[in-house]
Amino acid sequence: MSGYWAGILAILAINIIFAYGIFVTAAAGQLNLGGAGFMAIGAYAAAVLGEQLGWSPALTVPAATLVTALVGFAIAFPVLRTRGVYMVLATFAFAHVVTGVILTQPALGGAMGLVVPDYVDLPVLIGAAIATTLLVFWLMATRLGLAMRALHDDELVSTLMGVPARAVQVASFAIGAGLAGLAGGLYAHHFSFVEAQYFSALLSIYVLLFVLIGGTQTAWGPLVGATFFTVVPELLRIGGSWRYVVFGAIIVAMMMFRPEGIVTRTLLARIGFRRRRVADAR
Amino acid sequence: MPDEVLLRLEGLTKSFGGLKVVDDVSFEVRRGARLGLIGPNGAGKTTVFNLISGVYPIDAGAITLDGRAIATLPPRDRVLAGLARSFQNIRLMPHLSAVENVMLGQHARASGLGALLTPISWMPRGRWRREAEALLAEAGLDIDPGEVVSALPYGIRKKIEVVRALASRPKLLLLDEPAAGLNPAETAELARFLRAIATTGTALLVVEHDMGFVNEVCENVVVLNFGRRIFAGTMADARLDPTVREAYLGAEEDPAHAA
Repeated sequence: MSGYWAGILAILAINIIFAYGIFVTAAAGQLNLGGAGFMAIGAYAAAVLGEQLGWSPALTVPAATLVTALVGFAIAFPVLRTRGVYMVLATFAFAHVVTGVILTQPALGGAMGLVVPDYVDLPVLIGAAIATTLLVFWLMATRLGLAMRALHDDELVSTLMGVPARAVQVASFAIGAGLAGLAGGLYAHHFSFVEAQYFSALLSIYVLLFVLIGGTQTAWGPLVGATFFTVVPELLRIGGSWRYVVFGAIIVAMMMFRPEGIVTRTLLARIGFRRRRVADAR
Repeated sequence: MPDEVLLRLEGLTKSFGGLKVVDDVSFEVRRGARLGLIGPNGAGKTTVFNLISGVYPIDAGAITLDGRAIATLPPRDRVLAGLARSFQNIRLMPHLSAVENVMLGQHARASGLGALLTPISWMPRGRWRREAEALLAEAGLDIDPGEVVSALPYGIRKKIEVVRALASRPKLLLLDEPAAGLNPAETAELARFLRAIATTGTALLVVEHDMGFVNEVCENVVVLNFGRRIFAGTMADARLDPTVREAYLGAEEDPAHAA
């Protein structure tokens, strides 16, 4: 495999994990536009733990995941007091606070960034992406996942069915943050360098687009969305600088023709998931 | 204990911006009973449902379910106490399948982290899914349980809502216009199904405008008008009651024909 494609695969693996982090929250009906902030927390946690404490990636990456999940848990309480567009703004503002703190702390390297010890190679990234995918598929099939999807559709009725809405929303926000932190930790060790500028508003917007274009109805969505967004711009390179125009046009077209995302449940049913009637189950 | 009171409403009152929508309403639902809650449009029937299920807090009065005061409990705890309801406008989860909607109705019965983290959507042989599919079949719904509900016809969705409410195995089922929009054959079938439910011990409180349906399903009725209880008794007596007649005559209709 050429270095070029290895590089793309590494980014793809990280993007898939990151996208699942945003998806888990979005599946419960909450839009997190602060993804880059959570990824930055994971990346810097791994960097600091590796550099200051000399921990190996086998420890720093799980620790980065846990730290980010805990931050997500704590942030969920004020953030979930807001609704709709205000929640989007609250998460967006949170990401700005994170990068702001990093830029002003000399211990975190400020604008110079931090060098991260211990390189993590491509197979580990791919393994982590596969594990994350399986984890989210499993989560969405559980009763907790069902409660999350129900909250996405109708919060009041979910509550009247006995779903503890706030607890499920906080859990989905914290789990999502943890996955974004995992993506950050892996990113830090693979690229051996972190800087606050990478975790920009644009990154938050992109990862939310991966999820919305992929579709939030099923766990296939982020996988398809992240792959689409990572691979298509590369394939469009042959078009020179027109690729940005073409790619933008593709996104607009997707929003027009598949507003619920590329992968929907109706689509999955159409491409051959076996149909069955209630009577057959008896 | 066939005569024991399951639900007791005492002096239930609720105002919205100075308008008393529910005004000092009291009545009882006995265990396993089938009670109709009727009245002209705007009489406060759905508000009574919203007060019982905890969508709104009450202004005054008391609600007792199975001997327990529930008026200040959050909606979820009222479900755990044995209450389930359907909605006037279908409020199924449009992105979930029929069987997933029913499994959502089971949520109150699934407690603990183990129950939350067991996959239920993949396992056609799992106990929750089997039970939900059996319930759909019992209701006479011959559909693909994996079909997303937004793709199903109105009458079927209406019925799935009743099945979803039943999935929590409630002691009391609140049904808000379950027959609205159904054709006569569907209405008759729903009436049969509801009477069958009541024989298993679940009490029914039914809001409905179709008086033929109420007559089929309910033993007794409570009549509301302008938020006040104006009658409680049998359907036959309600027809003869002058206050009830007057309330309905306001709409130029005999209660027997009001739809």
